[in-house]
Amino acid sequence: MKETLAKDPYNIVITGVGGQGNVMASRVLSNMLVRKGFKVTIGETFGMSQRGGSVMSHIRVSSESVWSPQIPKGGADLIVAIEPIEGIRVLAGYGNRSVKVVVNLRPIYPVGVITGEEEYPSEETIRAKVTALAAEARFLAATEEAIRLGNPILGNIIMIGAVAGLGVLPIDRDLFESVIRDGMPAARVEVNLRAFAIGEAFVFSVKEEKQ
Amino acid sequence: MSLDREQKEGTEVLLMGNEAIARGALEAGVRVAAGYPGTPSSEIIETLSRFSEAGKLYVEWSTNEKVAMEVAAAASFAGLRSLCVMKQNGVNVASDFLLHLTGSGTRGGMILITCDDPGALSSVNEGESRHFARLMEIPLIEPADFQEAKEMTRWAFDLSEQIRNVVMVRSVTRMSHASGNVVLGILPTLKGKAEFLCDGPLTDPVRGPVTSAPVIAKHRLQQEKLQKAVALFEESPFNTYQGPEKPELLIITSSACTLYSREAVSLLRAEGRVGILKLGTTWPLPPALLKRHLLRTKNVLIVEEVLPFLEDQVKILCAEQAREIGIKTFYGKNDGALPMVGELNPDLVAAAIGRILGIDPPAIPAEYGEKLRGLTEFLPKRDQTFCPGCPHRASYWAIREALQRDHRGGFVCGDIGCYAMAALFQAAGFHTAKTLHAMGSGTGIASGFGKLGPFGMTQPVLAVCGDSTFYHAAIPALINAVHQRADMTFVVLDNSGTAMTGFQSHPGLDVNAMGEAAPMVDIAALCRAMGVPVTILDPFELIETRETLNRLLEQPEVKVLILKQSCALSPEKKGKKRFSMRVDETRCRGEDCGCNRLCTRIFRCPGLLWNQEQKRAEIDEVICAGCGFCVRICPAEAIRSEEAVKP
Ligand code: SF4
Ligand code: SF4
Repeated sequence: MKETLAKDPYNIVITGVGGQGNVMASRVLSNMLVRKGFKVTIGETFGMSQRGGSVMSHIRVSSESVWSPQIPKGGADLIVAIEPIEGIRVLAGYGNRSVKVVVNLRPIYPVGVITGEEEYPSEETIRAKVTALAAEARFLAATEEAIRLGNPILGNIIMIGAVAGLGVLPIDRDLFESVIRDGMPAARVEVNLRAFAIGEAFVFSVKEEKQ
Repeated sequence: MSLDREQKEGTEVLLMGNEAIARGALEAGVRVAAGYPGTPSSEIIETLSRFSEAGKLYVEWSTNEKVAMEVAAAASFAGLRSLCVMKQNGVNVASDFLLHLTGSGTRGGMILITCDDPGALSSVNEGESRHFARLMEIPLIEPADFQEAKEMTRWAFDLSEQIRNVVMVRSVTRMSHASGNVVLGILPTLKGKAEFLCDGPLTDPVRGPVTSAPVIAKHRLQQEKLQKAVALFEESPFNTYQGPEKPELLIITSSACTLYSREAVSLLRAEGRVGILKLGTTWPLPPALLKRHLLRTKNVLIVEEVLPFLEDQVKILCAEQAREIGIKTFYGKNDGALPMVGELNPDLVAAAIGRILGIDPPAIPAEYGEKLRGLTEFLPKRDQTFCPGCPHRASYWAIREALQRDHRGGFVCGDIGCYAMAALFQAAGFHTAKTLHAMGSGTGIASGFGKLGPFGMTQPVLAVCGDSTFYHAAIPALINAVHQRADMTFVVLDNSGTAMTGFQSHPGLDVNAMGEAAPMVDIAALCRAMGVPVTILDPFELIETRETLNRLLEQPEVKVLILKQSCALSPEKKGKKRFSMRVDETRCRGEDCGCNRLCTRIFRCPGLLWNQEQKRAEIDEVICAGCGFCVRICPAEAIRSEEAVKP
């Protein structure tokens, strides 16, 4: 676990679809980093997101100062995609040769796909596109794991666990626990800790496999 | 994780801009706060309501922005510190009162917080509230980061008391909905009782009646107050300069644009060539301060969002001071250096600076750019639509069927709320909603259409209106329609809450913003009191709703239909499925069916999927909310529901 940042500011994009707990994931991760003494700026695009739109949080982590709530184009260091094509959308705008990407493979179909007007790319295509555009790419079945835990929304916490597993940020399970204990009813803490651990363990288990 | 009572002064916490504003108001000892919900402003009242306490802090969601401002003004007249909050277009609603309030002046510190939405991320306009400060002759201040959002809000109350007038604090979506570190200050002990002193003469600002008359004398006084504010602005710590002594280019900016400008300069590595004058006090501009900085260089770039408000003011100042500061070259909105519409970001600002100074912004390496080519086009778009299980989808479906059966080309006048999506994304409302303007305007427009029969118009007209919008602005329009005998069908989409902005309370509910029991003002009773027939139905009962609509469309004058069903995201429904759904493959006719995939192609609830391989519809377990409505739309009776087993 590194106590300094690989880059200052370190730029994270968390993306997904309204209802996937994107905003909560960005708040939890950012709160962890604030507790570590960093200055964090989150920019959130969630206007009417409850209604199935794309959601995107830009998180800027710095030891020194406040940064713009919008990351410059091509400027992401880490992309956390709670929905796969949203991850590719963000890569198209903010990707670069050294970006790391964590993808939850569970699609949320846009209306155009439901209606058959548009086609949703296959998992293979998604893997190929992301891998080609990222320095490091990890793919998880976070929603399926979350359903097994009893609630698909926990996919967002599994993804945060995966970020911790990557080892690029000075965060761990204890820090996660201290943050969620302050922000949620005690009864829900346990299942969130399990979700975090699943994500973290997954990344560890495939650590050696360079995508 | 968010703001709470236990947090000690000096603690550094992560706050959303709106929470930081609320905290600033708490640290200033605000006693009364009123607002009307509107993205991106709603979290300010929500945060304050968690701190409400009898006799200490009163918080309300008012019926509309004008009433909110009036409620806050009364507290100020009684000597208490107060605030009102609204989104940009809310200021338009409140502006008639504001015009008179700024003439009469205030007593206890009173601030108007407006949250603008450049880029219309969650608005149907790119309205600008800054111009109101100028129009109403009151000071305007704008925070540029989260700590400032708190500090400036607190200071705004002092300023208001110093000049005895309203102070406008303006935020934007990228401040209000962004978050950052904030060091908390002290929460004061609240003291002082409410008393309205009004026995003195009309001209006594602290003991007389509060009016904008005598108008000329009060107007002169108002302008003197503004001059007093300018004098304070000259010394304000919220106006800062960062950069070389003599830069090639001086950026003048405020608000979130300050952060974009700093980032842009750093992207271009132009710190040695560009200086940034960040203004916290943006109207009226402090002339001596501006002059000092304008003397640094000949080239000035004004970075701001939407209209050239700051640019115009800077140019006026430069014209007045031309003799001392010389001729400048201006870059900004008017010369096209920055776009006149939409929000800004670091890249747009970097491109503008780059063009002026001849620096190329960092480019994407060619081989990476090659991989990005065509990437976005290949991805399916993500149009917004109603949530799975949303009662509005059912209501519009019934309207669609009724209008199809009616055959006269009828249409819906839309309004503001989630149900506006029907007008914004035509397919979401099954192509029925054809106008969309301000809060309550659907009703007024329908009232007008309803008088065009004698001009040969034969199309039946419907207006839709949500419950919160009904109280906000639809009532006067409805009264007008009734009195003028306009031919229209008024449909209230009552989902028991201000769903779009996050379930704030409104007069139709039995609880107020502070969680106290409150009397409900009944929409049906109000309509009946206007003398019009009212029908109340559940939109999930498709046949009954459609048949009622067809009957109402035939009748003259105003008819009211209230479609009552709570929002799919309402606390009592969220996460709980009423029905467990499945599609009977043997019955689903797939593409061959006469209805041509009615459920997935036309009805489009995200809970229904089209399985490409099987050529059959299916239910997405994760997305489906289990409302059971789609059972009614499938002509083959292939969609089945079963009462869900309670966990
Ligand atoms: S029951 Fe049908 S209409 Fe209701 S949410 Fe599920 S799929 Fe959509
Ligand atoms: S479910 Fe019904 S409407 Fe949909 S394709 Fe099958 S038969 Fe047609």
